[in-house]
Amino acid sequence: MTSLRIEAHPVLEFEKKKKVRFFFEGKEFEGFEGEPIAAALHAAGVKMLRRSPHKNRARGFFCAIGRCSSCIMEVDGEINTMTCITPLKEGMQVKMQKGHGEIKP
Amino acid sequence: MSRNTEVFVIGGGPAGLSAAIVAAELGAQTLLVDDSAKLGGQLIKQTHRFFGSSNRDAGIRGISIADKLCEDVKNLKDRLCVLENTAAVGFYSNNEAGILSQNAYERVSYQRAIVCTGATENSLAFENNDLPGVYGAGGVQTLMNVHGIRPGQKILMIGSGNIGLIVSYQLIQAGVDVVGLVEGLPTIGGYLVHASKIRRLGVPIYTSHTILSALGETQVEGATLCQVDDRFRPIPNTEFDVECDCICLAVGLTPLIDLFQQAKCRMVHIGELGGLVPLHDSSMKTTNPEIFVAGDASGIEEATTAILGGRIAGARAYESLYGSNDKVEQIVAEAKEELKTLRSGSTGERIRWGRERVLQEVGAC
Amino acid sequence: MLINDGIITLEELKKALPPEERYGKGPVAIIECLQDIPCDPCVSACPVKAIKMKEGITDRPILDFDKCTGCGLCIPKCPGLAIFVVQKNIAPGKASISMSHELLPIPLKDQMVTLLDRAGKTVGEGKVLRVINPPAYDKTAVVTVEVPEEKVMDVRAIRVNAGGQP
Repeated sequence: MTSLRIEAHPVLEFEKKKKVRFFFEGKEFEGFEGEPIAAALHAAGVKMLRRSPHKNRARGFFCAIGRCSSCIMEVDGEINTMTCITPLKEGMQVKMQKGHGEIKP
Repeated sequence: MSRNTEVFVIGGGPAGLSAAIVAAELGAQTLLVDDSAKLGGQLIKQTHRFFGSSNRDAGIRGISIADKLCEDVKNLKDRLCVLENTAAVGFYSNNEAGILSQNAYERVSYQRAIVCTGATENSLAFENNDLPGVYGAGGVQTLMNVHGIRPGQKILMIGSGNIGLIVSYQLIQAGVDVVGLVEGLPTIGGYLVHASKIRRLGVPIYTSHTILSALGETQVEGATLCQVDDRFRPIPNTEFDVECDCICLAVGLTPLIDLFQQAKCRMVHIGELGGLVPLHDSSMKTTNPEIFVAGDASGIEEATTAILGGRIAGARAYESLYGSNDKVEQIVAEAKEELKTLRSGSTGERIRWGRERVLQEVGAC
Repeated sequence: MLINDGIITLEELKKALPPEERYGKGPVAIIECLQDIPCDPCVSACPVKAIKMKEGITDRPILDFDKCTGCGLCIPKCPGLAIFVVQKNIAPGKASISMSHELLPIPLKDQMVTLLDRAGKTVGEGKVLRVINPPAYDKTAVVTVEVPEEKVMDVRAIRVNAGGQP
């Protein structure tokens, strides 16, 4: 299967960014610094970002611009983080939040 | 903390950028806020050449139009302050608004506000439409054309309006296999040249068809389609499956209007314009005399008309503070003439009708 | 029918075609833009002013086939990628067609490519005669391919299978 990252494009040029490591459910992944967390996960083949609190349905990103809240996850302990607009940083801990998540004091 | 400005523009897409540029050019102290990291709104994802008049950006790619507008903004930095990653979150009485950036909340005191919040994508009811892998067309464009990541290997497009047709072409350019385009109507909704462009690259166009369900457990693995009759009812025994790993919904947009409602602007529902829109006159002024509107928030259309509506709103907002002058009248007259041309002809019929209704409703109140 | 499936039928195409004898005088543009949409960059792209709109920009473009020199400068300017230049009889039984190409890879001169019709079906193989892709075209390359003369009204796209410029 070919990678989802676009290497060459007839019209666009994509700026090469710095590679960083991050963790999804404790497992190590690679992405590019500054790209949205959801984009890095998508490129790595992770499409399910959480499960819905009531019916336990699989949820992925939908709008990709921070409107619809479909992509919310727990990032570095903070729940309800919109991963489609939150830039990826080295060492980030990204988790599927359970139910509505738990606000930590 | 609080800020003061004469003209407060909300939204940095084609309408908001144009409104801010015109207001600042004319001499008003202007503040522009946008909730994303990069100005340009949807323009920054538009790799295709624009239609319209070659007097205004036709034949140029959307991404280049965004660059041009951003350049104008930069050149006006003495009078035009821009805050990216900043959302307008509410209007208060006394011409005050609240803005929220990453970690700070501020108040803005303004004399005129031009609200260019754009639109949100519509969804479509079908079984499993919430599966990961079902994306909005704007979401697909963001992932693919801003972040350089394909939404999947094989995609099914729903909707044959211009967005569905153009995004299908963009997907092919990004190396994605578009397995089909589904349209409930018997005819293609968008410009036929766009349809021909993807058809000759092998994309089947299923008119008089609908999607019954997305297949898969935790992510899209396919879709079931079927034919529909002239009242959009599925025809039994016409079901068939297509294999795909994502489904793109391009089934229309709805104006983003929360802020207008909060500012007590009178709203009107006009289907041709995408739903509820703030009532506004030909100056783009809403029923709240301090608040103007432009772009998709005033009725779903496209980027060039958003630019022109933004220019009118910017000029009229300035005029309402400082009185008119030749330049104001020239900007407005030119924009109105261009809008008239763009909306003429058979493809502009719905929009003309919708816009006429807005003016009638304004006249009636 | 174009409006149902995006495929222009030869019947629908008739109003955009030059008279048969025009082909004897060299290359000529065919503007496959049959709908009244608000768009006019082709008008200003033509160096000999052969393209006109009847009234406003929402009319469809009308090409003066006598004025048209087949230069192809209108091809990359069309946002609908709907303009083609056809030259018949470039060799016995051979014609050429020039079209916009905005996909990777961009083919190289003399490369063999797959010829596609308006429905995306393979109709054969053809040799690339010319690739024009200057900065002024802003990433819309214009590719000219050799096609069997009887297929010149069918071929409207190419697939570059390998090689080419990345």
